[in-house]
Amino acid sequence: MFRNDLRAVSDRSGAAGSGRLTGRALVEGAAEGAVLYSAEPLSFWGGYDAATGEIIDRRHPLAGRNGADRILAIPATRGSSTTTAVLLEAIRRGTAPAALVTRGPDTFLALAAIVAAQLYGEAPPVIALDPEGFDALRRIPRARVDAAGAVTPLGAVDQRR
Amino acid sequence: MDSTESGSLRLDGPDLALLRGDEGEGTRLAMAILVRMAEVVEARELLDITAAHIDSSLYQGPATLEFAERLAEGGARVRVPTTLNVSGVDEHGWREWDVPESWAAPARRQMEAYEAMGCEPTWTCAPYQTQPRPGVGEQVAWGESSAIVFANSVLGARTERYPDLLDICCAVTGRAPAAGLHLAENRVGRVLVDLSGLPRRLAQEPALYPVLGHWVGLRVEGRIPVLDGLRARPGEDDLKALGAAMASSGAVGLFHWVGVTPEAPDTDAAFEGREPATRLRPGLAALRAARDELGSGLSDADGLDLVVLGSPHFSLSEFATLARLVDGRRRHPGVRLLITTGRAVRALAREAGYLDAIESFGGELTVDTCILTTPMLPGSIRRLMTNSAKYAWYTPGLLERAVAFGSLADCVESAVAGRVTRDDGAWS
Repeated sequence: MFRNDLRAVSDRSGAAGSGRLTGRALVEGAAEGAVLYSAEPLSFWGGYDAATGEIIDRRHPLAGRNGADRILAIPATRGSSTTTAVLLEAIRRGTAPAALVTRGPDTFLALAAIVAAQLYGEAPPVIALDPEGFDALRRIPRARVDAAGAVTPLGAVDQRR
Repeated sequence: MDSTESGSLRLDGPDLALLRGDEGEGTRLAMAILVRMAEVVEARELLDITAAHIDSSLYQGPATLEFAERLAEGGARVRVPTTLNVSGVDEHGWREWDVPESWAAPARRQMEAYEAMGCEPTWTCAPYQTQPRPGVGEQVAWGESSAIVFANSVLGARTERYPDLLDICCAVTGRAPAAGLHLAENRVGRVLVDLSGLPRRLAQEPALYPVLGHWVGLRVEGRIPVLDGLRARPGEDDLKALGAAMASSGAVGLFHWVGVTPEAPDTDAAFEGREPATRLRPGLAALRAARDELGSGLSDADGLDLVVLGSPHFSLSEFATLARLVDGRRRHPGVRLLITTGRAVRALAREAGYLDAIESFGGELTVDTCILTTPMLPGSIRRLMTNSAKYAWYTPGLLERAVAFGSLADCVESAVAGRVTRDDGAWS
């Protein structure tokens, strides 16, 4: 059932491989990791601990989980304009997600990565997926992000989610 | 004409000169970041701005300091009048609280870097309380979510929701991507929030505004809300509290209020003659639930350690109200009362005599910063109460402390009683 849905998404997005979700790379790069997914927007200020990578917004479904080195999939940021500064600190400390994937473009996350690339010569990729593609990530435990902006699911699909 | 295309972005001669580094490395870095962001938002061109408000001044750690010093040491200077948001430390008063020297020193260095770039040391998240205000339709680049929503909604100025690190790039280049809320077509209302069903006594309750903002922000998903039908007329402090709450729980950079805000003289103007995409009609029960949701880990009658007011920074008229409420009274010895405000408003409040009553009550002031942006609270303070939805929203995650939400009057009564005391009259 899900594979059919996923193929439908891929077909709509014009992707070549099976299950490959084509997005727009706001900041290009390659990464692979476990997917940490939520349908709830997240402010990094007050929501992401740059010292540890822990998600600290107590109202958020991912509270207590760690975003470091994950493919963090959130629909968007919300609230505070300091989200960018927190993500920049996390990139510098090595506690940032390996890649950031959102439901449509998120300029705050893109900016942090763009500044990090200027200051430190490295930055996590930031990918905007269309809504169907983003929602498909809910059931995907692990993924690879490539420089073209595609997100390729890896491993077995989790049917329970 | 000397211009070039980068993707679909057209840059003119002066932009290209900055991008080449003709005006120094700091300005080049700012323009390079600005151009990349203009591409991200698919802007066709950059536009001139007339003023800026900088949230990048907030110290978050070594990276924000390095960024500021790279710009300043690279010779970047602001090209438009530019105010500064709160900093990471109360420059002259931090030793009165628990701020570690290891935090204060780099936070002060970051303040100096922004002052070196020519920004005005206003150090407030509410620059509109004392500084010259941008006019209706004026293109500006503001950071600080609560200030952005105020500038767009209440002043009718035009700013995109500028995140930290980008606001200063706009200020030192004098330019901004022609996109988002800078463009009239993106300022049209989408969601009607019909308040005509709310009882009159709730409409008269000042705490309605932060609660309503919290409720709306959670529901509009970045779409522009249009409020209408309340049986009361909000004042500026009400709109400040409303916007700050919306911009915390949601990504709201602009709201309209029919008959109140400048771009919404009537419903037609707010929606440009179109039908709202969505209609919301909050009732008393929904807002009462939202009010309770703002609290976390504290119930009525629980003990308190701190009552904190002033996010966004306390205004002169709020000081006047507070002075009346505390006059001749005294706080409970176990509860501190802290008001966060800007230097300029503190001076005005002292001049007006409001601080005498507040200090006799046992109140304390912090300027330049707030409890969320400087590590000032001692470990012994575990239980907070506030009338600010923004403080209430961020306290559990940023400060790992319990918080109760109530009106300004509730906060004063609670500071006297030593425990959470709330008047439910307007909410039942």
